[in-house]
Amino acid sequence: MAVYKQSYRGYDGPLTPTWSRFLILPRYAFEEMRRSRFFTIFYLVSMAAPLIFGLTIYVEHNLTVLKMLQPGRNSLIAIDAHYFLNLLGWQSMMAFFLAAFVGPGQISPDLANNALPLYLARPFSRAEYVAGKMSVLLILMSIMTWIPGLLLFGLQGYLEGGGWTGKNLQIASAIFLGAWIWILLISLLALALSAWVKWKPMAGALLFGVFFVAAGFGGAINGILRTHWGQLLNISHLIGRVWVSMFDQPMQRGSGAVFFRVGRYEEIPIWCCWAALLAICGLCLYMLERKIRGAEVVR
Amino acid sequence: MQPVIELDNLEVRFGERTILKKLNGSFAGRAIGLLGPNGAGKSTLINTLLGFHQPSTGTARIFGKDIRAEAHAVRGLLGYMPENDSFVAGMTGVHFVRLMAELSGLPPEAAMERAHEAFFWVGLGEARYRKLGTYSLGMKQMAKLAQAIVHGPKLLFLDEPTNGLDPPARARMIQLIQEIRDHGDLRLIVSSHLLRDVDECCDEVLILKDGRIAAFCNLEEERRANRKFLEIETRGANGAFSSAIERLGCEAAYFPNGRMKLVMPDGVAIRQLYALAADQNVQIRRLNHKRDSLEDIFLKAMEAPHGGV
Repeated sequence: MAVYKQSYRGYDGPLTPTWSRFLILPRYAFEEMRRSRFFTIFYLVSMAAPLIFGLTIYVEHNLTVLKMLQPGRNSLIAIDAHYFLNLLGWQSMMAFFLAAFVGPGQISPDLANNALPLYLARPFSRAEYVAGKMSVLLILMSIMTWIPGLLLFGLQGYLEGGGWTGKNLQIASAIFLGAWIWILLISLLALALSAWVKWKPMAGALLFGVFFVAAGFGGAINGILRTHWGQLLNISHLIGRVWVSMFDQPMQRGSGAVFFRVGRYEEIPIWCCWAALLAICGLCLYMLERKIRGAEVVR
Repeated sequence: MQPVIELDNLEVRFGERTILKKLNGSFAGRAIGLLGPNGAGKSTLINTLLGFHQPSTGTARIFGKDIRAEAHAVRGLLGYMPENDSFVAGMTGVHFVRLMAELSGLPPEAAMERAHEAFFWVGLGEARYRKLGTYSLGMKQMAKLAQAIVHGPKLLFLDEPTNGLDPPARARMIQLIQEIRDHGDLRLIVSSHLLRDVDECCDEVLILKDGRIAAFCNLEEERRANRKFLEIETRGANGAFSSAIERLGCEAAYFPNGRMKLVMPDGVAIRQLYALAADQNVQIRRLNHKRDSLEDIFLKAMEAPHGGV
């Protein structure tokens, strides 16, 4: 391949389809992430829970092993909606840590180094830029959340047989949709914060702040005003409540997924949870719309 | 020649402020210089043509494509070298330029090949595997030029291309720009506050003032016209020499110490002037074409209250 040309020459070769160009960004991002040892270890560790959940499903259906572990009992654990809800909770929390680690590095370095004009002066729109950056998080978090969830659901259906899969299709759809709501929400939040805070560590810290400080503030409001509306500031409560409804779980004290518990006495109407989540997504999109520009307008 | 840029009542407003005020014109030069004092609207015009700002009224066309209706297609024709430091952090030079080529639509293999070529061409071949963050200012300017041309655009916007460069690096940048211009495939818009850069690189110049077009001129024609104006310094010149010059058809103005300014008529070459001096035993100690024509044009445009084209 000739790489040393001493004069300028134009390009008249083929071009890639426009629709696929946003996928260039995740490809480059993954190439860079692959070099991070911390990221690789974290990602491997995050797969421990699905592996353990898979083992329990296997043991549950293997009488020999079951009797070895618990003589006299025919069941180790109930593989039901609550079981998959807990898996989703575990993996979603890992996905949150991943978003806090990877998310801030998506947009803030481009803003700090004034790279946006270079991207946007090409046939590459702002929406494609956001989609490209977001797909980095969406792909990584999908591999952590709904993909193992559905694989385990399939394993359970296969081992259980007897029409179990057909009777529990709602669990599969809840895993898929519940995980997507979560990963879309935290991807948008991570990108929006990354777009507003140019310093990467600060953007990561802010993501934790939005979750934990806001939840604490909401708790304080509840305590002072003797109400439950403070939960609107608690994102993990909102998503937990939505999941409980999607998995069609009864509301009781401490129900819901691990890390995303909701209680009967703290519940707020489900439509309020949806509205709050939509409002957060809308706010994030607005923040991105303001910041992702080829040139800043000084009014 | 197909116009490169057509401005059609183009107005850009930021809030209450009108930055570009109903600009009109059609520009077809190979290399168009964009001049104007700070705040004249040069960057806003470039950003609007790139699609970063939306026109409040009117529109513009690049190679006949409307920047509002066909923004995506327009950006496919453009290359842009911004004024400020702009790069993607943590990448090597060639990796960065390859990414930019792929985003412009080149397949990965072609993008890789052209990224290497572009790096060699701008003179950074040996530094292409170094991280961009370690580049000097001059190297970053060259890397920005490489990413602007890697995909083979049809129109290249260069915003202050010689900013922060030392004299040898500046000379190299100017040489590269001239090479691109002379190649013929690619048109250039060069925005600069340095008249010399524009003078050396451009054949047309658009001068903005206070958001309006203060002047537009064809530098090639100006240069051709200026070739007729001469300033000479002589020793031993006398009345006979002056009469002989006038017989050649030159208009002449005489100054002390043997200095004179001449306007050469068409068809008279400088060689004839030297021959005349030799016949009259007169020494021509210095001969200059009239200089600073662009500066004159610029200053005239700045003095006009609401200059016209």
